[in-house]
Amino acid sequence: MEKELENLALKNFEIEKAEKDHFGFWVYLMTDLLSFAAVFAAFAVLRNNTFGGPSGRELFSLPFVLIETFILLTSSFTCGLAMLAAQDGDKKKVITWFSTTFILGASFLVMEFTEFHKLIVEGNGPQRSGFLTSFFALVGLHGLHIFIGLLWMFIAMVMTQKRGLTIKSKSNLTRLSLFWHFLDIVWIFIFTIVYLMGVM
Amino acid sequence: MSLLFGRLTLADLPHEWFTVGGTATILLGLLGIAALLTYYKRWKWLWQEWFTSTDPKKIGIMYILFAAVMLFRGALDAAMIWAQQAMSVGSNHGYLTPAHFQQIFTAHGDIMVFFVTMGFLSGLLNLLIPLQIGARDLAYPFLNTLAFWLYVAGAIFINLFFVFGGNFAATGWLSLPPLSGLAYSPGVGVDYWIWSLQISGVGSLIAGINFIVTILKMRAPGMTLMKMPLFVWTSLCSMIMVVSIFPILAATLGMLWLDRYFGLHFFTSDFGGNPMMYINLIWMWGHPEVYVLILPSFGIYSEVVATFSQKKLFGYKSLVGGALGITALSFLVWAHHFFTMGAGANVNAFFGIMTGFIALPTGVQIFNWISTMYKGRIIYSQPMHWFFGFLATFTFGGMAGLLMSSPAADYALHNTLFLVAHFHTMIIGGALFGIFAGIVYWFPKFTGFKLDERWGRRAFWFWLVGFFLSFAPLYMLGFLGATRRLDHYDASMGWQGLFIVSAVGITVIGVGALCQVIQIIVSVKNRKQNLDLTGDPWNGRTLEWATSSPPPVYNFAVIPTVQTRDAFWEQKQSKTITKPVYEDIVLPRNTAMGMYVSAFVFLAGFGLVWHITWLIFFGLIGTVVCIVMRALDQNTEYIIPAVEVERMEQVWKKN
Ligand code: HEM
Ligand SMILES: [Cu+2]
Repeated sequence: MEKELENLALKNFEIEKAEKDHFGFWVYLMTDLLSFAAVFAAFAVLRNNTFGGPSGRELFSLPFVLIETFILLTSSFTCGLAMLAAQDGDKKKVITWFSTTFILGASFLVMEFTEFHKLIVEGNGPQRSGFLTSFFALVGLHGLHIFIGLLWMFIAMVMTQKRGLTIKSKSNLTRLSLFWHFLDIVWIFIFTIVYLMGVM
Repeated sequence: MSLLFGRLTLADLPHEWFTVGGTATILLGLLGIAALLTYYKRWKWLWQEWFTSTDPKKIGIMYILFAAVMLFRGALDAAMIWAQQAMSVGSNHGYLTPAHFQQIFTAHGDIMVFFVTMGFLSGLLNLLIPLQIGARDLAYPFLNTLAFWLYVAGAIFINLFFVFGGNFAATGWLSLPPLSGLAYSPGVGVDYWIWSLQISGVGSLIAGINFIVTILKMRAPGMTLMKMPLFVWTSLCSMIMVVSIFPILAATLGMLWLDRYFGLHFFTSDFGGNPMMYINLIWMWGHPEVYVLILPSFGIYSEVVATFSQKKLFGYKSLVGGALGITALSFLVWAHHFFTMGAGANVNAFFGIMTGFIALPTGVQIFNWISTMYKGRIIYSQPMHWFFGFLATFTFGGMAGLLMSSPAADYALHNTLFLVAHFHTMIIGGALFGIFAGIVYWFPKFTGFKLDERWGRRAFWFWLVGFFLSFAPLYMLGFLGATRRLDHYDASMGWQGLFIVSAVGITVIGVGALCQVIQIIVSVKNRKQNLDLTGDPWNGRTLEWATSSPPPVYNFAVIPTVQTRDAFWEQKQSKTITKPVYEDIVLPRNTAMGMYVSAFVFLAGFGLVWHITWLIFFGLIGTVVCIVMRALDQNTEYIIPAVEVERMEQVWKKN
């Protein structure tokens, strides 16, 4: 009797906690959006300050970025599939879809790294001009987020495998997927403002 | 550059009188404390009851004690600034070199804003928000300890140059580029500054999210938004501003760091950088920040005035509306800090008019408090003293702000001592007096006894007189053309008399602070005469007074149901006593993880200042590992069974 009551109090606590975590995570995402906004603003101010160096038109390859974009969008889709599976309580599918998401995310990161590497080797690193400074910072900040997301995804997958789909782990996966979609949306802005408008 | 120590060399270690003196004081102080703890065998107690606690009541007290220590440190800086300015005229160059003087006023400003005022406020919010909304804890107990320890880490960081050498930033409290760029500040001073603010700023951001979720999601049943006590409202507004602006600060500091560490060009004056962008960004954070500081104090005044006028607050809705109005407007006025930048007449006109508007919701608050007192039976106790002091000073400072909101006038007054007088009036007379009022008002709630009344009043009068003595001359000096941050001026200016009066004023304030220390000692000694056994020493109106003093760990044995605004007041009037039904209570366990994470962050920051690559990675990896360990921990709560709750409640009721 005593034991059961304890469990009830704890269970209510867990359910309430999941709800709070969800809301709190939204607040966090808004704050993160604002820090992105600040760096976006810096980019908007500095984008034409090439200081005699190359501009976006000379540096960006749209097809390459388009592939990056497709990879990231697809990863958002597979992340959504993983969450659907989580709702059905299908652990195996959750792991499968998150693994796919992970691979796609990692490929995106590798491509971004390649792009950065190429620019730096050609002498167009972030020290070259105000424009390149803000370009590397903005795209790099997004890349850093993707990296953190991948780390999180990896741990979440291991834990789901070990502990199953509990209230706690489902709430965790929900937040992870929010984070991932959020990064997707930020990327759309980067793609449009930095790359598309940079080339036009 | 060495692999092991980066840029840190023996030559950097303290060798000037002030750094050696600082180091010696800090080390001796720490040794003394350690000796006392060992002698009284209190290490374990300190660790278990305080350092690893997740109880917001304990964390709140730690915040306040720490902020008080920082206040002492900041005040020491202030005294040094004033002493220099009083004597450094004509052929006398004072006792400080210009470089040293610059570091002092930079440290003074940052310490007072980030570690004193923010620290006191975080403390009061921790203590009161859960109690006032009828909750048992904050939404995220772990994040709460983490925020506290990040704040402590940031505060240690700002004092670190004493011990590990190098210098502090000599760039003013906001370190504007290009001066703060690598080209003009090549040392580590600005890096210490960046990481001190970055670390504590992330702490504030986390705390902001925590409080918002707590207030929006954890109110007692029946407490709708429009039934929240005003302190909760103004804190909510303040925290909304915190989560909106601290990300901007983080990004801005990050960009300045990139400029300095990797030689990038966000804010440099060549290679296409733009220093003015920094000034815009930092004031987009900076202006709302001053309202972050003042709004919780507005809430405190509202509580104090209602309680001691023994009346319902007048114009609750307009007070809430005013706070929201201030919040919204404060995002639209940042450019009044640099009318002289030359953005053009239209831009200046827009920001000037918006700034003028802010005086409206602020004025509404003042009229509401006065109307609350009207026909009330006012009890002139200590918190009311601070409130009256605030009314006088704040109106004064507000008028000064309004004057500067006109760009034409501001061209003459910008960066003069008039401006310095304005914001000190607002922050000391507004925010700090409110904090003092709050501390005397809620002191019995958390200790079980009241503070001595006589010494409290003495402290108040010294503070008030000292305040006007030290800042009224600054208004005049501003009009006479004295710019801020002067380490020396010519005798023909005729300013010295006023500077000396001002220095005397600071001394009088010091006497006031001394009275406060005496007050605490006397109160602790005579606590038997001032015990508060009822939990409601002032005949209060809001829920925190419904608990025992000090409240039990779980705050409320039974979560109250709220029907009206002054929930506890109504409860007292109706006098219906229902037999409580106790339930099991889930509470967070202690954790040291917040402290460990902060320690690793601190190490990473130190590596970043001195370019010690291995230490940076060590700190970062440690941080990530700790956070993951905490996230995977499944044993973070414990349960107090209903019978135990009942027993604890019986003990209190019997007294
Ligand atoms: C009636 C409301 C207020 C108005 C109209 C107002 C107006 C202004 C203006 C126009 C300036 C810029 C002056 C210049 O740089 O030339 C200023 C600076 C400042 N104000 Fe206010 N203010 C108000 C309230 C406050 C409050 C409530 C606080 C703090 C609690 C505050 C703190 C400051 C600070 C810290 C600075 C400048 C610091 C610096 O330049 O380093 N003000 N204010
Ligand atoms: Cu302002």
